[in-house]
Amino acid sequence: METLTGAHFLWMTIFKVVLFFTLLMLMVGGLVLFERKVAGFIQDRSGPNRVGPWGLLQTMADGIKFLLKEETYPDAALTVFYLLAPMLAMVPATILFAVIPFASPLPTGWGLVHMIVADVPVGFLYVLAIGSFGVYGVVMAGWSSGSKYAFLGGMRGSAQMISYEVGLALTLVPIVLLGGGVRIPDLISLQQGFSGQGPATLGVWLFLPLGVSFFLFFITGLAETKRIPFDLPEAESELIAGYHTEYSAMKFGMFFLGEYAHMLTTAALITVFFLGGWDIPFWHGDNIRVLADGTVIGDPTWWKTVLTFLSFTIKTSLVVTVFVWIRWTLPRFRYDQLMELGWKFVIVAATAYVFVVAGSVLVLDRLGIPFGLLYAAILTGVNVVLLGLLVLVIDRGRLARGAAYTVMRRLERASRRSGAGSATVGRS
Amino acid sequence: MPGEVKVMRRPEEKGSYVRAALKGMGVTFRHMVNPRNVTQQYPDEKWELSPRMRGTHRMATHEDGRAKCVACGLCPTVCPVNCIKLIPAEDESGERYAAVYEIDEFRCIFCGFCQEVCPVEAIHLGVHYENSEYSRERWVYDLERLCAQDQPFTALWDPADPASE
Repeated sequence: METLTGAHFLWMTIFKVVLFFTLLMLMVGGLVLFERKVAGFIQDRSGPNRVGPWGLLQTMADGIKFLLKEETYPDAALTVFYLLAPMLAMVPATILFAVIPFASPLPTGWGLVHMIVADVPVGFLYVLAIGSFGVYGVVMAGWSSGSKYAFLGGMRGSAQMISYEVGLALTLVPIVLLGGGVRIPDLISLQQGFSGQGPATLGVWLFLPLGVSFFLFFITGLAETKRIPFDLPEAESELIAGYHTEYSAMKFGMFFLGEYAHMLTTAALITVFFLGGWDIPFWHGDNIRVLADGTVIGDPTWWKTVLTFLSFTIKTSLVVTVFVWIRWTLPRFRYDQLMELGWKFVIVAATAYVFVVAGSVLVLDRLGIPFGLLYAAILTGVNVVLLGLLVLVIDRGRLARGAAYTVMRRLERASRRSGAGSATVGRS
Repeated sequence: MPGEVKVMRRPEEKGSYVRAALKGMGVTFRHMVNPRNVTQQYPDEKWELSPRMRGTHRMATHEDGRAKCVACGLCPTVCPVNCIKLIPAEDESGERYAAVYEIDEFRCIFCGFCQEVCPVEAIHLGVHYENSEYSRERWVYDLERLCAQDQPFTALWDPADPASE
């Protein structure tokens, strides 16, 4: 079946943009309620339950409140940037969704419709590029507000996001090594089995053969979405609300929406990169792929599109649930811990991992092992060993240390120099 | 003498952030799937109040609706925060009554002295706490309003144990 061309393509794309944007916003609304409910349950409360049955209309009430509250413009604010910042915070998070495939291709009377808004050839490089734009909203908001809290939040946000972006990009390099390309639909095909039709694929979701990447991408994804334990730009106990301290009404609402949209996007990216995208596990009927020359492998039907969409939604929701769950479990990092984790662990580990994967791929190719399940199984073994090393050896007291530990070390060194055996320090 | 800083040794060398985080997530997961919800759905469910709970005042009345108050002036005297305003008057038969009797419920500390001191058991505290108003003036209850209250009188002491032993 032909893919869409010409006017049909244009109309269908516009339709998809509207549809997916609406879906995203609806999901954001649901997510806000979901997060507050889960927060309630974890803390032995009920969560929102006054507006509508089970609190279902709470988000709508919040939205109305955002729209009706007074818009404030601080005297010290630089108005142009002050107004631009909320837009810059929201837009990147939402347009990231354009390159995420939601479901298997849908056959229609005019041709095969890909369930992706823009199947860009640069693939996830687009994700990295647009993801980096998120930092502009934060910095601009922090700088233009003319408030010291917002400024500190903005500075922290930019430092954090720039640091973790490096790690984020590096964790995706092993995917290129395995997939041989960056187009996102190809990455999903890579994780599906096609029993010899078309170029060889792994047939395994990448969180197994690239477990360390999955782990590191999860961490950096959390940091990029500025969620606990990485929410230092907001840090309500120190900075009031960080970079959006001075925003009210819908301008704050846009930061809020952007944050949740970013969280959904990150969850969707984790799903696409490591959890097989819209692939349904243990079933080969949904393995549909369109090769570069337009050949369609597999048998696309509308009900498969619906099922794979459900599969995608369920996977993304699970990842989001883990995000929420982490948020209500872990305390916020201290700033030096955050930087240490980013620069001394994530980037180093990701770089080392690129070499390990490259080496493994080289060895496996030399041994003549065909690209497929056995190949994936060996890589999985390597990753299990690496993850074991990470948790059992590397992580021992090194990833996030308390201030007492650092002070202790310094004192020990000082006392060793002065020859005293005790770990006490004199204060005159 | 120099001060000494005591540094606590923590078992950090053995600790692992990832494992500690997973352990914490285990705890929160148990609560997430099985929340021990302790929230009281307040306007729908309310506390059962003790009969000795001291709240909004209520003036006792005769059968014909007149307040029992004889304007003796003991309650404004005993009131530690001066929240009772009383202007006495006499009717044609020479009986004293309160021409003005106002209690500022905002100022009141609900000590219950007025109820204890009242010789005719007119002014009482009530078992009631839900009062909110749109203006401060509305918090000053006049005699009519005090008589119109319908909450049960506070039992200032337990009749079975008057000395609280």
